[in-house]
Amino acid sequence: MQYRTHISARDLTVRYGDVTAIKNVSIDIPDKAITAIIGPSGCGKSTLLRSFNRLLETVDGISVTGQVLVDGENIYDPGADVTAIRRKMGLLSQKPAPLPMSIYDNVAYGPRIHGQRGRAELDRIVEHYLKTASLWDEVKDRLREPASRLSIGQQQRLCLARGLAVEPAIVLADEPTSALDPRSSQHVEDRFQFLKDRYTIIVVTHILRQARRLADYVMFMYLGELVEHGPSREVFENPREELTREYIKGVIS
Amino acid sequence: MLDGVARRVMLSMTVSCILLLLLMIAMLAYRARPILEVASLSDLLFSAAWKPMKGQFGLLAYIAGTLWVTGVAVIVAVPVSLLTAIFLAEYAHKRFSSVVCTLVDILAGIPSVVYGVWGMLVIVPLIKDRIAPMFGVESAGFSVLAGGLVLAIMITPLIINVSVEVFRCVPDELREASLSLGATKWQTCKYVVLRKALPGILAANMLGLARAFGETMAVLMVAGNVARLPTSVFSPAYPLPALIANNYGEMMSIPMYDSALLLAALVLLGVVMIFSLVSRFVLMRFEERAR
Amino acid sequence: MNARRIEETVARILMYAATFSVLCCLVLIVGTVLVRGLPALTLDMITHTPEGGYYIGRGGGVLNAILGSLFLTAGATVIAIVISLPVALYINVYARRGSRLASLARLALDVLWGVPSIVYGAFGFLLMMAFGMRASMLGGMITVAVLVFPVMARGMDEVIRMVPHELMEASYALGATRFETAFKVVVRQALPGILSAVLIAFGRGIGDAASVLFTAGFTDSLPFSLLEPAATLPLAIFFQLGSPLPEVQARAYASALILTGLILVISLAVRFLTRRYSRQTIS
Repeated sequence: MQYRTHISARDLTVRYGDVTAIKNVSIDIPDKAITAIIGPSGCGKSTLLRSFNRLLETVDGISVTGQVLVDGENIYDPGADVTAIRRKMGLLSQKPAPLPMSIYDNVAYGPRIHGQRGRAELDRIVEHYLKTASLWDEVKDRLREPASRLSIGQQQRLCLARGLAVEPAIVLADEPTSALDPRSSQHVEDRFQFLKDRYTIIVVTHILRQARRLADYVMFMYLGELVEHGPSREVFENPREELTREYIKGVIS
Repeated sequence: MLDGVARRVMLSMTVSCILLLLLMIAMLAYRARPILEVASLSDLLFSAAWKPMKGQFGLLAYIAGTLWVTGVAVIVAVPVSLLTAIFLAEYAHKRFSSVVCTLVDILAGIPSVVYGVWGMLVIVPLIKDRIAPMFGVESAGFSVLAGGLVLAIMITPLIINVSVEVFRCVPDELREASLSLGATKWQTCKYVVLRKALPGILAANMLGLARAFGETMAVLMVAGNVARLPTSVFSPAYPLPALIANNYGEMMSIPMYDSALLLAALVLLGVVMIFSLVSRFVLMRFEERAR
Repeated sequence: MNARRIEETVARILMYAATFSVLCCLVLIVGTVLVRGLPALTLDMITHTPEGGYYIGRGGGVLNAILGSLFLTAGATVIAIVISLPVALYINVYARRGSRLASLARLALDVLWGVPSIVYGAFGFLLMMAFGMRASMLGGMITVAVLVFPVMARGMDEVIRMVPHELMEASYALGATRFETAFKVVVRQALPGILSAVLIAFGRGIGDAASVLFTAGFTDSLPFSLLEPAATLPLAIFFQLGSPLPEVQARAYASALILTGLILVISLAVRFLTRRYSRQTIS
């Protein structure tokens, strides 16, 4: 394989109380490429995604065993610095979640909490990342307005800009287009294509066509287990497992 | 047939509940009118001359007493209940937080007379023997501070309960968004959760304030009841509710006395009503939007 | 980077301290009442009425106040149920979803809930004067009923709201009228919650002093007539505490212990009911 490994999971198991949401997943996720996690709803896709930046532990009663290595370091190591780990990864959620502040402050939020105070520098960061998310032209005259006034599609791109502003190496996206109209979805997908040379992108999606369009690498999850993974073309054209074939054909969903 | 009758009966009961508030205002206003005919409202509210025998009914000392006591209560209760609410809603384990909420509910259920008894047994001597000497002040213990502290403990459960509900209405996506940017938990609470919850939290504190404003028995028992303008937290105070409670029985013999007391009740009702209306309205809107 | 961690730690410490101090207050209050009340709590206190010279330290007890409080609050609770249940049912079963009237009623109940009890006392007294009544158990009952019904109605409203709409629809589908649906299906489904709302209201009523101060009066004899004044525990505590004699004050503490005990029992009953209720709704 031509890719370097960026994130790997080793025997990752996640339990909510008595329910096992992720069973023994081991995977190497390639660097600077788009990886799609596909599978029917409730199969543990989002859980797996959230286990990569330790957001799972904000929920009571959850236990994670196994390892997740990012750049070779186990993020579940007791001594690991959670905020530093999370900073390495931007998260796009299903429903855009603009923070209750202005457009400008949304993008500047990350840099600010990490100690960036300089006015000029913040201006530069905000402009740069809003451009990267191709939102700048639409909002440059209304940066002081509350972010909630933007359309849903714009909000999602704002969230992307906000996530990129802390200079992560990884973008985690949890069905980032499911709340958006087709044009906004297209916009977000375009951005992913544009960013994939510089970032490792992991997208959870239940839209097969989207995975086909976007992904370089695909993971198929079913009932908490990783059934099959491999380069996108292989998985879609020539799946090894019967389950994958049925899912791709639309027999199971 | 029965259904129609029942519907109409129930409808009229619901409407009368809404009208009850107006009826209370109307009755109090009607009975307070005689005094407003002989003295102007501003004279009554802003004069400290309370000499019922001479027909002077300046309520200022009592209003000031209420404001002082309520002020102290709010200053003490707000930070404590806010921190506790953040802890319960954001930090504590669910099971722990539900146990604490139960205890807070029990605290809320303790009758005000019992708070008063406790205040007399614990707070008053504490102020007299410890706190006042620390500041080099002579105090009998029955003071603004005693009333304020007891009130603070009484309104804390209310503020905590409402605030926790408000924090729970803040969508998890916002917390996730902030945490995923590498913010610490406290940064997330401070910049995102609190900011989002601000209207609701203000409303919760206003409810607490309204409760403190109208609370009678506990304050009556520990505030000292001296009708003078308080000059410090160690001086005694005579809040409005205490005035009504202490004098309502004997007022009949003195002309205008009952009218003055009912005016006091009306003022009390008016202030409390405005505060609760505003805060309930804010809370309603807040919860609707969160849903 | 380090400053953030320090801030986090400081915030946590402050939160622990705040929560701890709130809990301490509870322990301290119950503890104080227990320590000061227990020594004076004799069997006589709860089985006798005040005898001659009780208020200068001679024999007797506060049975008059205990029974007075229980009777008065029970009566008030019954009146409050008669008002609250129809209102709560109306705004949930009869009124349309998102109806103006329903939200107005909720707002009014919330505001009434916040009205100081001394104002209810004054209002109740005015009502009694308007009807030519004097301080009596009935007057107290009515006033306390008005005081507690907003608490009760809102409590009932909250649980009735949780009754699944499908359940009501299923009942309509069987040809039941709304009246039958409301009283047979909805009330039965929400019964534990309704009971706990009733108990909460009872707890608030029995502890309130300011509302009964002028409306129920006070007497040393047992409360057997609606039209005679009746003693209540909170007022008994208040009056005994006003005495300069330590023996009488000690009895005030004992009475406070009795009242606190009653309230705690009610709180526990409410806990028990709500816990059982939430378990039922989950399954």
